[in-house]
Amino acid sequence: MEIIVNGESRQVTEGYTAARLVEELGLSGRRIAMEVNREIVPRSDYERHVFDDGDRVELVHAIGGG
Amino acid sequence: MPNMQNDPLVIAGTEYQSRLLTGTGKYKDLEETRAATEAAGAEIVTIAIRRSNIGQNPDEPNLLEVLPPDRYTILPNTAGCFTAEDAVRTCKLARELLDGHNLVKLEVLGDEKTLYPDVTATLEAAETLIKDGFQVMVYTSDDPIIAKRLEEMGCVAVMPLAAPIGSGLGIQNRYNIIEIVENANVPILVDAGVGTASDAAIAMEMGCDGVLMNTAIAAAKDPVLMASAMKKAIEAGREAYRAGRMPRKRYASASSPLEGTFF
Repeated sequence: MEIIVNGESRQVTEGYTAARLVEELGLSGRRIAMEVNREIVPRSDYERHVFDDGDRVELVHAIGGG
Repeated sequence: MPNMQNDPLVIAGTEYQSRLLTGTGKYKDLEETRAATEAAGAEIVTIAIRRSNIGQNPDEPNLLEVLPPDRYTILPNTAGCFTAEDAVRTCKLARELLDGHNLVKLEVLGDEKTLYPDVTATLEAAETLIKDGFQVMVYTSDDPIIAKRLEEMGCVAVMPLAAPIGSGLGIQNRYNIIEIVENANVPILVDAGVGTASDAAIAMEMGCDGVLMNTAIAAAKDPVLMASAMKKAIEAGREAYRAGRMPRKRYASASSPLEGTFF
């Protein structure tokens, strides 16, 4: 199935979790936040959050800004 | 000496010694960001929330490692948001990112040319965020009626612009800022438009509770030196405000006594 991560398509298998996505992107342990279909997924839920086909995922971090 | 030290800025019940809030954008690198922030003596620093760069240098240093949240009060902004909905989403992501920290800088912009606040969208976003438990420091126009309304809604600080974001024009409408300050029961901070130290001092002399700036420091030829200048300007302006300036007079008034002259 397909999910959209930060605007880019990603093919993933059934049962693919938020924790696995974060790990595969090399973002484990980084200070990030996740939104799926405009709803926050708390860090504590990454292990049990399973994506559905077509989910739109946003992964954000802090950068310099005024 | 009179009470010069104990004059904290209180925002949402927390005391800050510094009245200079700084942004962290537009710096050459994170080291310059860190050095300028330190020279400014800022305790509250704004950040932006953006997509993580996937597949690009996951090991590059992170802003929050340079400005750690246990040392600085991190103030996530909603810069770049042109709708109330995007601003609310950004704040929710920021709260998750910062482990439940709920102090945010709300800005909803009207167009890309002026970056002027969209006041109606700002009011809408502020209402949603306050209901959701956020402490909202709100960027707005220098309209005294809107500033009061934002205060009455429950914003913890109201931050009218001095001039458009990044313009460096200084305070364009002093009488509006004075009107806002005089009517306020929450801190009023000038946010955006300051160009140099005297602009910051003028804002403070008018009674503003603080100034938030980014470009005036980051776009100076020597940002760290300008940060230091801004720190002094904010302190000088605040002390001058508290001291109470002399009245303006149209004609001269000799400083040396006129009695006892021998000529």
